[in-house]
This record gives sequence, C-alpha cells and structure tokens, in this order.
Amino acid sequence: MHEMGIVIHLAKTLDDFAKENHVTKIGSVTLSVGEVSGIVTDLFTDAWRYFSGKHPILEGSELRMEIIPAVTYCDGCQKTYGTVAHGRICPYCGSGETWLVKGNELIIKEISAETDDPAAVTDNK
Amino acid sequence: MKIIELKETITASNDRDAQELREELLRSGTLLINLMASPGAGKTTLLDRTIRDIGSRYKIGIIEADIDSDVDARALSALGVSAVQAHTDGMCHMDAGMTRTALEELTYDDKDLIFLENVGNLICPAEFDTGAGRNVMILSVPEGDDKPLKYPLMFTKSDVLLITKTDAVSIFDFDFDKCEERVRKLNPDILIFRVCAKNGKGMDAWEEWLEEQAGSWGK
Ligand SMILES: Nc1nc2c(ncn2[C@@H]2O[C@H](COP(=O)(O)OP(=O)(O)OP(=O)(O)O)[C@@H](O)[C@H]2O)c(=O)[nH]1
Ligand SMILES: [Mg+2]
Ligand SMILES: [Zn+2]
Repeated sequence: MHEMGIVIHLAKTLDDFAKENHVTKIGSVTLSVGEVSGIVTDLFTDAWRYFSGKHPILEGSELRMEIIPAVTYCDGCQKTYGTVAHGRICPYCGSGETWLVKGNELIIKEISAETDDPAAVTDNK
Repeated sequence: MKIIELKETITASNDRDAQELREELLRSGTLLINLMASPGAGKTTLLDRTIRDIGSRYKIGIIEADIDSDVDARALSALGVSAVQAHTDGMCHMDAGMTRTALEELTYDDKDLIFLENVGNLICPAEFDTGAGRNVMILSVPEGDDKPLKYPLMFTKSDVLLITKTDAVSIFDFDFDKCEERVRKLNPDILIFRVCAKNGKGMDAWEEWLEEQAGSWGK
C-alpha cells in the first residue's frame, strides 16, 4: 500500500531529524501535500496513527496536511489552469500537450517539538 | 514546544540510505540497474535476451520484486544467473532498505552487474531511490506514446528509456518521434533506445551502453 510505504519513510526521516537536532518529543507534524501527489489523506492519517505509535518521539503527535493546488501548463497556448478541475485537456485551446507544473509535492514543512538543547535549533515563531 | 521548519522531502531518510548503498556498490564494483516499468511491459523478456547476449562476460545477479510471485525469478535462474525474490510486503515499490536486504541475500560483492526488476507500476517506484547506479525505464509500444504526459516523474528519474515491443508498432499507433520529444522535454539528458526483445532488433545499442557502464562503474 502506497500510504503505508510513505508513512514508514516519514517516521524514519523525523526520527533521524530528532536524533540529529536534540529533539525529545514531536507534538505535531505539518506536511505540504500536492493535490495530485497520489496521497489519500484519510488513509495517510490512519497509517500515521498506527505507525507513529511505534516511535516514542512521535507517539500521540498530530498530523496536519496543507494541500498545494495542482497547476497544469499547456504547450498549445502557453496558459496555466487548475489540474483537478480540467484534467489533462487544456480548457482554453483543447490541446492534450499539457504538463503538471505544481501539485505533486510531498514535503515536511515544519514540526512543533521539544528539544533538550536550546541552542540546537532556532525559534521561528 | 517550538516550531522548527524542515522543508525536507518525506523520503529524505530513504534518499540517505540509498546514497550510502550506492557508495558501497561503487566500492565493490557492482553496478545495480533499477528496471522500472508497467506490468507486462516486457522486463523479464528483455532481461532474458540481454543475459543470453552478454551474460557470459559478467557475474550477474537478479532481484525480482514482483508482488508475491517467484515465477520471473525462477525463469531467469534457468539461465544460470543467481536470482532472489525480494520481499516487498505488499508494497508498491522497492526502497533502499528492501534493496539492501535483497542484495545481502543475493550477495553482491562478488557480482559485476545486478538487475533489480522493480514492482510493475509507473508511479511509486519513481518516488523511491533504491541505491541503484543507473535507473532504466521500459515503455512498451502497446502502452501508448502519451505516457510521458501522464507519468512525468519516472521519465525525469531515468537515465535510459527503452521503448520495447517495437515489432508491434503496426498494430498500435505509437508515434516514436512524438514520444521522444515529450520525454526529452522532461529529461534532456535521457538516452533512448528502441528495441524488440522478441526479434533482437536494436538490442545491440542497449547492450553496448550497458557494457560501457559496467566497465566504468567503480573503476
Ligand atoms: N511482440 C512482442 N512481445 C513482447 C516483447 N517483449 C515481451 N513481449 C511479450 O509481452 C508479455 C509480457 O512480457 P514480460 O517479459 O513477462 O513482461 P514483464 O514486464 O516482466 O511482466 P511482469 O513481470 O508480469 O510485470 C509476454 O507475453 C512477452 O512475450 C517484444 O519485444 N515484442
Ligand atoms: Mg516480469
Ligand atoms: Zn491550451
């Protein structure tokens, strides 16, 4: 299953980050998820709930997902349009020669965390 | 609690594992080729032909990642190369950790060339670096020339595109030039070979490239 595979890597990436940055506990994780990245958010949340429980640092943490809208560029008329509304055929000129420019992302944007070394990370907010 | 910005890809830990594995493979002089394609695109047939043509000059290993089936692994071990079935646990891709486990089962430091037949689909395998030295993608003529538009990521991640089943072009209206133009727009550096693993047409150029890569890897 795709979501489970991604969650395993997300947990590992966060675990690595925590070890390198004196993070003792992660309270929440915010992801930037492209609208057409192929992630089913409900499945992803379920997989997260199950899997984060296996890492003490992540246990009980909240998963937030910010959706990045998908945008497609048309070679035929050089315009861009919303991918989810119109699919692969350009709504302006009918061309099928179109390319996804945004919306495939899977990025860990930020986490809220407790650290045991105040100098290790900068306080952003 | 403080807010810490990461801006890292979710698979960053896999990317690091993959890089480590690639460096180990470089030290042992083992070229790992990650073969990606749709189900039925002709991966096993292509490997079979390639091994018959150039196999005697190399110590070859095969990793089969097909979900719950060792049919391909058995077919290829009949050629006298060692093959293992990777355990993907129902996952839709191979990652660096699974690849390492399979490589250790196969033993890799005594091999020159190892092919990883990744799980058959054009989406998930492209998202996970396996640690392979080269990524090779197969697109077969019956699948259509519009695949670069639909599955761009895999085309951008591949060093080589093999367009296979070229003998079937009269049945399917596959436009080679159009397909290649679309692929090059995504990945200007990609090498494209048109091959038919059934009648052998075009296989020499692909095999020549492969031998060049195997010869220079880790030396
Ligand atoms: N006409 C033609 N048929 C081919 C060619 N290569 C493979 N085939 C046929 O395509 C079918 C699938 O080939 P495989 O080599 O098993 O494909 P695969 O990608 O390994 O398939 P899975 O491992 O099941 O995903 C078989 O019936 C092959 O005989 C080719 O160059 N030309
Ligand atoms: Mg096969
Ligand atoms: Zn247009």
